[in-house]
Amino acid sequence: MRLGFVFGEVGQGLRRNASMVISIVLVTLVSLTFVGTALLLQLQIGQMKSYWYERAQVAVYLCTDTSPSASCPQGEASIDVQKLVEQKLKSDLISPYIDRFYFEDHKQAYDNFQKQFKGNTIAKYVTPAQLNQTFWVKLKDPTQSPIITQSFTGVAGVEEVRDQRSYLDQIFAILNAASLASIGVAALMLFSATLLISTTIRLSALSRRRELGIMRLVGASNFYIQLPFILEGVVAATIGSILASAAVWAVVHFFVRGYLATVLPFTSFVGDNQAFMVAPVLIGAGIVLAAVASGVAIRRYLKI
Amino acid sequence: MIRIDNVTKHYNGAARAALESVTLEIEKGDFVFLVGASGSGKSSLMRLMLREDVPNSGSVYVLGENLKRLPNRRVPYFRRKVGMVFQDFRLLPNKTVAQNVAFSLEVIGKSQGFIQAAVPDVLELVGLAHKAGNLPGELSGGEQQRVALARAIVNKPAILLADEPTGNLDPATSEDIMRLIERINAAGTTVVMATHDRAIVDRLQKRVVVLSHGQIISDERETGYSFTPANQNTNEDDN
Repeated sequence: MRLGFVFGEVGQGLRRNASMVISIVLVTLVSLTFVGTALLLQLQIGQMKSYWYERAQVAVYLCTDTSPSASCPQGEASIDVQKLVEQKLKSDLISPYIDRFYFEDHKQAYDNFQKQFKGNTIAKYVTPAQLNQTFWVKLKDPTQSPIITQSFTGVAGVEEVRDQRSYLDQIFAILNAASLASIGVAALMLFSATLLISTTIRLSALSRRRELGIMRLVGASNFYIQLPFILEGVVAATIGSILASAAVWAVVHFFVRGYLATVLPFTSFVGDNQAFMVAPVLIGAGIVLAAVASGVAIRRYLKI
Repeated sequence: MIRIDNVTKHYNGAARAALESVTLEIEKGDFVFLVGASGSGKSSLMRLMLREDVPNSGSVYVLGENLKRLPNRRVPYFRRKVGMVFQDFRLLPNKTVAQNVAFSLEVIGKSQGFIQAAVPDVLELVGLAHKAGNLPGELSGGEQQRVALARAIVNKPAILLADEPTGNLDPATSEDIMRLIERINAAGTTVVMATHDRAIVDRLQKRVVVLSHGQIISDERETGYSFTPANQNTNEDDN
């Protein structure tokens, strides 16, 4: 095994096919950046889920005078309804699943609303009576919300039981769709990267067919003949994937951390650590992709 | 050393077989001329001996290997024991004489030390030590063929296959090349040479195998081209 010779051949091939090599670098850069973005979106979703699901509560909204009559025919929930719900939450049947709960009356709901929608015109028109009195229930295991939902839905005086996670699920669905779209673009780009690598390797083999003919004639092993071409593709793709890792890091560092995190201070965002986790995946994927693509290309080109 | 047993080779799309029921045995140290018209099957036979092709039927044994059964991954190791030269030299134009010879050793993984010792030796042997740093384009045809021979024998093969090695050379230069090939043969290397060159075949008086339309029509020892009994058959379509 003469590594010096192999690397000499690789260098020669890269120089001879400089423009094709640059296009491989760019295509792998773009495709792997999309892959990296998709991975980071998934990490972001996971991180937000664990943060918000942890805090998500189940709200048992009691009827008000302005509630739709279908669910609240009798209007404002009486104090009896309030007591009934409280008793049921404390019952042996339900209480083992509950971490803690508290009651929010019209006044507190109004104060919270005013705080939340400060400066918004809607705050001026809302009256305390329009806002539901609510039992906020924090479960030990947030996935067991159906226990509360089933127990209180349809109970007279209860307008609605709502798991906050259902709001979050919509956000996650949007993020998930973005992540899938990113994967889709990445798949297309990776496919074209594969074709580009095969074409480049074939061109490279064509431009060195004299050498290849002599190598076969004097009995160079297939491994020795193929290795420089495979390495050529791998070197180009590795450069592309390192650049893609840098691009992903830059997006996280400057856009997510530098901009989004300052605009949305109460959301937990992915950081440099996650970007560093994604980088080896991208580089590994780039190397494997290039090795397989150029290996297949050169095998088809060279018969014994 | 080489045994061709009832071999038939048919190329796809060709009207007739390139080789038909050919049987031939070549001993260690033999010098064999393959003669015959273009298309008579000389090159096809050499391709089989180098395992560039496998026969459709029959078997080819070279250096104890059944080439039809030799797995692909072992073909390169087999070829290291067989040297080959061609009419068109097949040198790398951007490498010097020494680099051309060294290349054939580098690609089979020989050590730098081995290469540094073997290349000057073999260039000395073919009489080109003083041209080691020249590019093939700066050499005459005869000198280029010497480089090709140096490359073919630098790894000390047991067999040298030569496909019309003097085809592009003038008679005087051809004589030089033949003297070199004779020396290689005298050192123990089995030589199989396809040629059209009557003068050479006549002068050397070696074993001559005459091929016509893919069949061996004569195989005699210590003879010349013109004295082969079948020469009438080959003359008409010779060029």
